Amino acid sequence: MGEFLLVTIQVDMHDQMALKLQDDLSNAIIKNASRGVLIDISTLEMVDSFIGRMVADISSIGKILGAETILVGMQPAVAITLVELGLSLPGVATALNVERGMVLLRRKIDADGTDVSER
Amino acid sequence: MADATMSNVLKKSGKEIHASWTRDLAGNQSAGKGRISATELDQQTAEFIKLLTAASEHATAGDISSAEFKPMRDFLDGVSRSRVAQGFSSDETASFIFSLKKPFFAALRTDAGKDADVLADQVWRATELLDALGLHTVKAYQKSREEVINRQQREMLELSSPVVKLWEGIIALPMIGTLDSARTQVVMENLLQKVVETGAQIAILDITGVPTVDTLVAQHLLKTVTALRLMGAECIISGVRPQIAQTIVHLGVDLQGVTTKANLADALALALKRTGSSLKQ
Repeated sequence: MGEFLLVTIQVDMHDQMALKLQDDLSNAIIKNASRGVLIDISTLEMVDSFIGRMVADISSIGKILGAETILVGMQPAVAITLVELGLSLPGVATALNVERGMVLLRRKIDADGTDVSER
Repeated sequence: MADATMSNVLKKSGKEIHASWTRDLAGNQSAGKGRISATELDQQTAEFIKLLTAASEHATAGDISSAEFKPMRDFLDGVSRSRVAQGFSSDETASFIFSLKKPFFAALRTDAGKDADVLADQVWRATELLDALGLHTVKAYQKSREEVINRQQREMLELSSPVVKLWEGIIALPMIGTLDSARTQVVMENLLQKVVETGAQIAILDITGVPTVDTLVAQHLLKTVTALRLMGAECIISGVRPQIAQTIVHLGVDLQGVTTKANLADALALALKRTGSSLKQ
Protein backbone atom coordinates (compact mmCIF):
# COMPACT_ATOMS: atom_id res chain seq x y z
CA MET A 1 0.00 0.00 0.00
CA GLY A 2 2.28 2.76 -1.27
CA GLU A 3 5.02 3.44 1.21
CA PHE A 4 3.14 1.57 3.93
CA LEU A 5 3.09 -2.10 4.69
CA LEU A 6 -0.07 -3.68 6.04
CA VAL A 7 0.36 -6.95 7.90
CA THR A 8 -2.81 -8.74 8.82
CA ILE A 9 -2.63 -11.61 11.22
CA GLN A 10 -5.66 -13.72 10.52
CA VAL A 11 -5.11 -17.05 12.12
CA ASP A 12 -4.07 -17.84 15.65
CA MET A 13 -0.33 -17.49 15.51
CA HIS A 14 1.82 -20.31 16.63
CA ASP A 15 5.40 -19.77 17.60
CA GLN A 16 7.05 -20.94 14.39
CA MET A 17 4.79 -18.79 12.31
CA ALA A 18 5.49 -15.77 14.45
CA LEU A 19 9.21 -16.18 13.89
CA LYS A 20 8.70 -16.53 10.15
CA LEU A 21 6.52 -13.42 10.13
CA GLN A 22 9.24 -11.50 11.91
CA ASP A 23 11.74 -12.60 9.27
CA ASP A 24 9.47 -11.88 6.29
CA LEU A 25 8.45 -8.50 7.59
CA SER A 26 11.97 -7.24 8.15
CA ASN A 27 12.93 -8.33 4.63
CA ALA A 28 9.83 -6.74 3.13
CA ILE A 29 10.53 -3.41 4.84
CA ILE A 30 13.97 -3.28 3.27
CA LYS A 31 12.78 -4.47 -0.14
CA ASN A 32 9.90 -2.00 -0.44
CA ALA A 33 11.66 0.80 1.44
CA SER A 34 8.53 1.08 3.56
CA ARG A 35 8.10 4.12 5.73
CA GLY A 36 5.35 2.75 7.88
CA VAL A 37 4.03 -0.60 8.98
CA LEU A 38 0.55 -1.37 10.23
CA ILE A 39 0.11 -4.64 12.07
CA ASP A 40 -3.56 -5.54 12.16
CA ILE A 41 -4.34 -8.03 14.92
CA SER A 42 -8.10 -7.52 15.01
CA THR A 43 -8.79 -11.19 14.30
CA LEU A 44 -6.32 -12.41 16.87
CA GLU A 45 -8.36 -13.67 19.78
CA MET A 46 -5.79 -15.44 21.89
CA VAL A 47 -2.32 -14.48 22.92
CA ASP A 48 0.27 -15.99 25.17
CA SER A 49 3.37 -14.34 26.53
CA PHE A 50 5.45 -15.50 23.56
CA ILE A 51 3.13 -14.01 20.96
CA GLY A 52 2.87 -10.85 23.05
CA ARG A 53 6.63 -10.52 23.04
CA MET A 54 6.79 -11.30 19.36
CA VAL A 55 4.38 -8.50 18.55
CA ALA A 56 6.50 -6.13 20.63
CA ASP A 57 9.64 -7.37 18.87
CA ILE A 58 8.18 -6.89 15.40
CA SER A 59 7.33 -3.32 16.33
CA SER A 60 10.85 -2.66 17.56
CA ILE A 61 12.39 -4.22 14.45
CA GLY A 62 10.23 -2.00 12.27
CA LYS A 63 11.37 1.05 14.18
CA ILE A 64 15.03 0.14 13.88
CA LEU A 65 14.62 -0.31 10.13
CA GLY A 66 13.31 3.22 9.93
CA ALA A 67 9.63 2.50 9.58
CA GLU A 68 6.98 3.73 11.99
CA THR A 69 5.14 0.70 13.30
CA ILE A 70 1.62 0.81 14.64
CA LEU A 71 -0.31 -2.01 16.20
CA VAL A 72 -3.99 -1.77 15.31
CA GLY A 73 -7.26 -3.42 16.23
CA MET A 74 -6.37 -5.18 19.44
CA GLN A 75 -9.35 -6.99 20.93
CA PRO A 76 -10.37 -6.11 24.52
CA ALA A 77 -9.73 -9.67 25.71
CA VAL A 78 -6.26 -9.62 24.19
CA ALA A 79 -5.49 -6.25 25.79
CA ILE A 80 -6.58 -7.52 29.21
CA THR A 81 -4.53 -10.70 28.81
CA LEU A 82 -1.40 -8.79 27.85
CA VAL A 83 -1.80 -6.44 30.80
CA GLU A 84 -2.32 -9.37 33.17
CA LEU A 85 0.79 -10.97 31.74
CA GLY A 86 2.65 -7.80 32.57
CA LEU A 87 3.35 -7.00 28.93
CA SER A 88 2.44 -3.36 28.55
CA LEU A 89 4.38 -3.08 25.26
CA PRO A 90 6.06 0.22 26.12
CA GLY A 91 7.04 2.28 23.15
CA VAL A 92 4.65 0.54 20.79
CA ALA A 93 2.21 2.88 19.10
CA THR A 94 -1.35 1.62 18.93
CA ALA A 95 -4.58 2.54 17.19
CA LEU A 96 -8.12 1.31 17.36
CA ASN A 97 -8.50 0.24 13.73
CA VAL A 98 -6.68 0.30 10.40
CA GLU A 99 -8.22 3.60 9.38
CA ARG A 100 -7.12 5.33 12.57
CA GLY A 101 -3.75 3.67 12.29
CA MET A 102 -3.31 5.04 8.80
CA VAL A 103 -4.14 8.60 9.94
CA LEU A 104 -1.72 8.26 12.86
CA LEU A 105 1.00 6.86 10.60
CA ARG A 106 0.59 9.69 8.13
CA ARG A 107 0.79 12.23 10.93
CA LYS A 108 3.89 10.67 12.43
CA ILE A 109 5.69 10.63 9.14
CA ASP A 110 4.66 14.23 8.47
CA ALA A 111 5.97 15.20 11.87
CA ASP A 112 9.33 13.72 10.93
CA GLY A 113 9.64 16.52 8.44
CA THR A 114 9.79 14.25 5.42
CA ASP A 115 8.39 15.16 2.04
CA VAL A 116 5.20 13.13 2.22
CA SER A 117 2.47 15.20 0.66
CA GLU A 118 -0.25 16.64 2.89
CA ARG A 119 -3.59 14.94 2.85
CA MET B 1 -43.92 -50.84 63.50
CA ALA B 2 -43.48 -47.59 65.33
CA ASP B 3 -43.76 -45.50 62.21
CA ALA B 4 -47.23 -46.82 61.64
CA THR B 5 -48.16 -45.46 65.04
CA MET B 6 -46.82 -42.08 64.12
CA SER B 7 -48.79 -41.88 60.91
CA ASN B 8 -51.85 -43.28 62.71
CA VAL B 9 -51.61 -40.58 65.32
CA LEU B 10 -51.16 -37.99 62.60
CA LYS B 11 -54.19 -39.30 60.75
CA LYS B 12 -56.35 -39.59 63.80
CA SER B 13 -55.59 -36.34 65.52
CA GLY B 14 -54.17 -34.33 62.63
CA LYS B 15 -56.96 -31.81 63.02
CA GLU B 16 -56.26 -31.13 66.68
CA ILE B 17 -52.51 -30.97 66.12
CA HIS B 18 -53.07 -28.54 63.29
CA ALA B 19 -55.35 -26.30 65.31
CA SER B 20 -53.05 -26.25 68.30
CA TRP B 21 -49.94 -25.72 66.17
CA THR B 22 -51.46 -22.77 64.31
CA ARG B 23 -52.54 -21.27 67.60
CA ASP B 24 -49.02 -21.60 69.02
CA LEU B 25 -47.48 -20.13 65.92
CA ALA B 26 -49.84 -17.17 65.93
CA GLY B 27 -48.99 -16.59 69.58
CA ASN B 28 -45.24 -16.91 69.16
CA GLN B 29 -44.81 -14.95 66.02
CA SER B 30 -46.10 -11.68 67.33
CA ALA B 31 -43.00 -10.07 65.88
CA GLY B 32 -43.67 -11.63 62.51
CA LYS B 33 -47.23 -10.41 62.33
CA GLY B 34 -48.08 -8.43 59.27
CA ARG B 35 -45.36 -10.14 57.28
CA ILE B 36 -47.35 -13.31 56.89
CA SER B 37 -51.13 -13.57 56.91
CA ALA B 38 -53.04 -15.98 59.12
CA THR B 39 -54.57 -17.70 56.10
CA GLU B 40 -51.15 -18.27 54.53
CA LEU B 41 -49.81 -19.67 57.78
CA ASP B 42 -52.86 -21.89 58.08
CA GLN B 43 -52.35 -23.18 54.55
CA GLN B 44 -48.69 -23.91 55.15
CA THR B 45 -49.29 -25.79 58.39
CA ALA B 46 -52.13 -27.83 56.84
CA GLU B 47 -49.92 -28.69 53.87
CA PHE B 48 -47.06 -29.65 56.14
CA ILE B 49 -49.17 -32.00 58.25
CA LYS B 50 -50.67 -33.57 55.12
CA LEU B 51 -47.22 -34.18 53.66
CA LEU B 52 -45.85 -35.44 56.96
CA THR B 53 -48.73 -37.89 57.29
CA ALA B 54 -48.22 -39.15 53.75
CA ALA B 55 -44.47 -39.43 54.13
CA SER B 56 -44.44 -41.14 57.53
CA GLU B 57 -46.77 -43.82 56.19
CA HIS B 58 -44.09 -45.17 53.90
CA ALA B 59 -40.72 -43.95 55.00
CA THR B 60 -38.38 -44.75 57.81
CA ALA B 61 -38.45 -41.87 60.22
CA GLY B 62 -35.32 -39.79 60.50
CA ASP B 63 -34.19 -40.39 56.96
CA ILE B 64 -35.58 -37.42 55.09
CA SER B 65 -33.35 -37.88 52.05
CA SER B 66 -35.50 -40.79 50.83
CA ALA B 67 -37.78 -40.46 47.83
CA GLU B 68 -40.93 -40.49 49.99
CA PHE B 69 -39.88 -37.18 51.48
CA LYS B 70 -39.30 -35.52 48.13
CA PRO B 71 -42.61 -33.54 48.12
CA MET B 72 -41.93 -32.60 51.72
CA ARG B 73 -38.46 -31.28 50.90
CA ASP B 74 -39.77 -29.33 47.93
CA PHE B 75 -42.49 -27.84 50.08
CA LEU B 76 -39.98 -26.79 52.75
CA ASP B 77 -37.71 -25.25 50.10
CA GLY B 78 -40.68 -23.21 48.92
CA VAL B 79 -41.57 -22.13 52.46
CA SER B 80 -37.97 -21.11 53.17
CA ARG B 81 -37.81 -19.09 49.99
CA SER B 82 -41.00 -17.20 50.81
CA ARG B 83 -39.73 -16.65 54.38
CA VAL B 84 -36.56 -15.07 53.00
CA ALA B 85 -38.60 -12.82 50.75
CA GLN B 86 -40.83 -11.83 53.68
CA GLY B 87 -37.79 -10.91 55.76
CA PHE B 88 -37.94 -13.59 58.46
CA SER B 89 -34.79 -14.45 60.36
CA SER B 90 -33.36 -17.97 60.28
CA ASP B 91 -34.45 -18.85 63.84
CA GLU B 92 -37.98 -17.70 63.12
CA THR B 93 -38.04 -19.92 60.06
CA ALA B 94 -36.68 -22.93 61.95
CA SER B 95 -39.10 -22.47 64.84
CA PHE B 96 -41.91 -22.88 62.31
CA ILE B 97 -41.01 -26.59 62.26
CA PHE B 98 -39.84 -26.96 65.84
CA SER B 99 -43.02 -25.49 67.27
CA LEU B 100 -44.88 -28.51 65.91
CA LYS B 101 -43.22 -30.62 68.58
CA LYS B 102 -45.44 -29.47 71.45
CA PRO B 103 -48.85 -30.33 69.95
CA PHE B 104 -47.45 -33.41 68.22
CA PHE B 105 -45.95 -34.82 71.40
CA ALA B 106 -49.16 -34.08 73.23
CA ALA B 107 -51.04 -36.15 70.66
CA LEU B 108 -48.53 -38.98 70.92
CA ARG B 109 -48.95 -38.93 74.68
CA THR B 110 -52.71 -39.27 74.42
CA ASP B 111 -52.21 -42.16 72.04
CA ALA B 112 -49.66 -44.04 74.12
CA GLY B 113 -51.63 -43.68 77.32
CA LYS B 114 -49.77 -44.86 80.40
CA ASP B 115 -47.06 -46.84 78.57
CA ALA B 116 -43.95 -44.77 79.23
CA ASP B 117 -41.60 -46.94 77.14
CA VAL B 118 -43.71 -46.67 74.03
CA LEU B 119 -44.15 -42.96 74.56
CA ALA B 120 -40.41 -42.34 74.97
CA ASP B 121 -39.73 -44.35 71.83
CA GLN B 122 -42.37 -42.45 69.88
CA VAL B 123 -41.18 -39.08 71.07
CA TRP B 124 -37.60 -39.89 70.13
CA ARG B 125 -38.58 -40.88 66.59
CA ALA B 126 -40.74 -37.83 66.16
CA THR B 127 -37.96 -35.58 67.46
CA GLU B 128 -35.48 -37.12 65.09
CA LEU B 129 -37.77 -36.56 62.15
CA LEU B 130 -38.75 -33.02 63.02
CA ASP B 131 -35.15 -32.02 63.75
CA ALA B 132 -34.05 -33.32 60.38
CA LEU B 133 -36.86 -31.39 58.72
CA GLY B 134 -36.01 -28.28 60.70
CA LEU B 135 -32.37 -28.47 59.70
CA HIS B 136 -33.36 -28.95 56.11
CA THR B 137 -35.47 -25.81 56.34
CA VAL B 138 -32.59 -23.80 57.75
CA LYS B 139 -30.31 -25.09 55.01
CA ALA B 140 -32.82 -24.10 52.36
CA TYR B 141 -33.25 -20.73 54.04
CA GLN B 142 -29.50 -20.15 53.98
CA LYS B 143 -29.32 -21.10 50.32
CA SER B 144 -32.11 -18.73 49.37
CA ARG B 145 -30.40 -15.96 51.30
CA GLU B 146 -27.13 -16.55 49.48
CA GLU B 147 -28.95 -16.48 46.16
CA VAL B 148 -30.42 -13.10 47.06
CA ILE B 149 -27.00 -11.77 48.06
CA ASN B 150 -25.35 -13.05 44.90
CA ARG B 151 -28.02 -11.55 42.73
CA GLN B 152 -27.71 -8.18 44.43
CA GLN B 153 -23.95 -8.26 44.04
CA ARG B 154 -24.27 -8.94 40.33
CA GLU B 155 -26.79 -6.16 39.91
CA MET B 156 -24.57 -3.76 41.80
CA LEU B 157 -21.63 -4.60 39.57
CA GLU B 158 -23.69 -3.83 36.52
CA LEU B 159 -25.15 -0.67 37.97
CA SER B 160 -21.91 0.73 39.24
CA SER B 161 -19.98 0.95 36.01
CA PRO B 162 -21.88 2.88 33.37
CA VAL B 163 -19.87 4.07 30.40
CA VAL B 164 -21.03 7.48 29.18
CA LYS B 165 -20.36 9.02 25.83
CA LEU B 166 -19.39 12.64 26.40
CA TRP B 167 -18.48 13.76 22.93
CA GLU B 168 -17.71 12.30 19.55
CA GLY B 169 -14.75 10.05 20.28
CA ILE B 170 -14.71 10.74 24.01
CA ILE B 171 -16.19 8.40 26.58
CA ALA B 172 -16.18 8.70 30.35
CA LEU B 173 -16.54 6.20 33.14
CA PRO B 174 -17.55 7.68 36.47
CA MET B 175 -16.48 5.19 39.13
CA ILE B 176 -18.31 5.13 42.43
CA GLY B 177 -17.45 3.02 45.46
CA THR B 178 -14.52 0.90 46.44
CA LEU B 179 -12.54 -0.72 43.67
CA ASP B 180 -11.62 -4.35 44.12
CA SER B 181 -10.21 -6.88 41.68
CA ALA B 182 -13.56 -8.27 40.60
CA ARG B 183 -15.02 -4.84 39.99
CA THR B 184 -12.00 -3.56 38.15
CA GLN B 185 -12.20 -6.55 35.88
CA VAL B 186 -15.84 -5.82 35.03
CA VAL B 187 -15.13 -2.11 34.65
CA MET B 188 -12.16 -2.80 32.39
CA GLU B 189 -14.10 -5.20 30.19
CA ASN B 190 -17.04 -2.81 29.92
CA LEU B 191 -14.82 0.12 29.07
CA LEU B 192 -12.76 -1.73 26.46
CA GLN B 193 -15.89 -3.14 24.86
CA LYS B 194 -17.36 0.34 24.70
CA VAL B 195 -14.19 1.68 23.13
CA VAL B 196 -14.54 -0.90 20.37
CA GLU B 197 -18.24 -0.12 19.90
CA THR B 198 -17.98 3.65 19.84
CA GLY B 199 -14.51 3.90 18.33
CA ALA B 200 -13.60 6.39 21.02
CA GLN B 201 -10.09 7.82 21.03
CA ILE B 202 -10.09 9.11 24.57
CA ALA B 203 -11.50 7.57 27.70
CA ILE B 204 -11.83 9.54 30.92
CA LEU B 205 -11.77 7.57 34.15
CA ASP B 206 -13.43 9.68 36.82
CA ILE B 207 -12.52 8.56 40.33
CA THR B 208 -14.38 11.29 42.24
CA GLY B 209 -16.58 8.62 43.83
CA VAL B 210 -13.76 6.33 44.87
CA PRO B 211 -13.32 6.85 48.62
CA THR B 212 -9.74 5.61 49.00
CA VAL B 213 -6.89 4.82 46.68
CA ASP B 214 -4.34 2.34 47.97
CA THR B 215 -1.56 0.63 46.07
CA LEU B 216 -3.89 -2.11 44.89
CA VAL B 217 -6.47 0.31 43.52
CA ALA B 218 -3.72 2.34 41.88
CA GLN B 219 -2.41 -0.82 40.27
CA HIS B 220 -5.89 -1.64 38.98
CA LEU B 221 -6.16 1.84 37.53
CA LEU B 222 -2.78 1.53 35.85
CA LYS B 223 -3.80 -1.81 34.35
CA THR B 224 -6.91 -0.27 32.88
CA VAL B 225 -4.90 2.60 31.47
CA THR B 226 -2.38 0.22 29.91
CA ALA B 227 -5.07 -1.98 28.40
CA LEU B 228 -6.69 1.09 26.89
CA ARG B 229 -3.38 2.20 25.44
CA LEU B 230 -2.85 -1.21 23.89
CA MET B 231 -6.19 -0.88 22.17
CA GLY B 232 -5.16 2.45 20.77
CA ALA B 233 -7.16 4.77 23.01
CA GLU B 234 -5.84 7.42 25.35
CA CYS B 235 -6.81 7.55 28.97
CA ILE B 236 -7.21 10.49 31.30
CA ILE B 237 -7.81 10.01 35.02
CA SER B 238 -9.90 12.76 36.53
CA GLY B 239 -11.45 13.58 39.89
CA VAL B 240 -8.30 13.16 41.94
CA ARG B 241 -9.03 14.72 45.31
CA PRO B 242 -6.32 16.43 47.38
CA GLN B 243 -6.14 13.61 49.96
CA ILE B 244 -5.92 11.02 47.23
CA ALA B 245 -3.14 12.91 45.47
CA GLN B 246 -1.26 13.00 48.79
CA THR B 247 -1.84 9.30 49.40
CA ILE B 248 -0.62 8.39 45.94
CA VAL B 249 2.57 10.37 46.42
CA HIS B 250 3.14 8.99 49.92
CA LEU B 251 2.62 5.44 48.73
CA GLY B 252 5.19 6.02 46.03
CA VAL B 253 2.84 4.87 43.29
CA ASP B 254 4.25 5.78 39.92
CA LEU B 255 1.59 7.43 37.81
CA GLN B 256 4.11 8.61 35.25
CA GLY B 257 2.80 8.52 31.74
CA VAL B 258 -0.79 8.78 32.91
CA THR B 259 -2.53 12.07 32.42
CA THR B 260 -4.39 13.10 35.54
CA LYS B 261 -6.70 16.05 36.12
CA ALA B 262 -8.37 17.43 39.22
CA ASN B 263 -11.87 17.37 37.80
CA LEU B 264 -13.91 16.05 34.94
CA ALA B 265 -14.28 19.45 33.28
CA ASP B 266 -10.52 19.86 32.93
CA ALA B 267 -10.22 16.34 31.61
CA LEU B 268 -12.95 16.98 29.04
CA ALA B 269 -11.28 20.22 27.96
CA LEU B 270 -8.01 18.38 27.46
CA ALA B 271 -9.71 15.56 25.62
CA LEU B 272 -11.47 18.00 23.30
CA LYS B 273 -8.20 19.75 22.62
CA ARG B 274 -6.54 16.47 21.77
CA THR B 275 -9.28 15.20 19.49
CA GLY B 276 -9.72 18.68 18.08
CA SER B 277 -6.11 18.95 17.03
CA SER B 278 -6.21 15.55 15.45
CA LEU B 279 -9.42 16.38 13.60
CA LYS B 280 -7.88 19.49 12.03
CA GLN B 281 -5.24 17.57 10.21
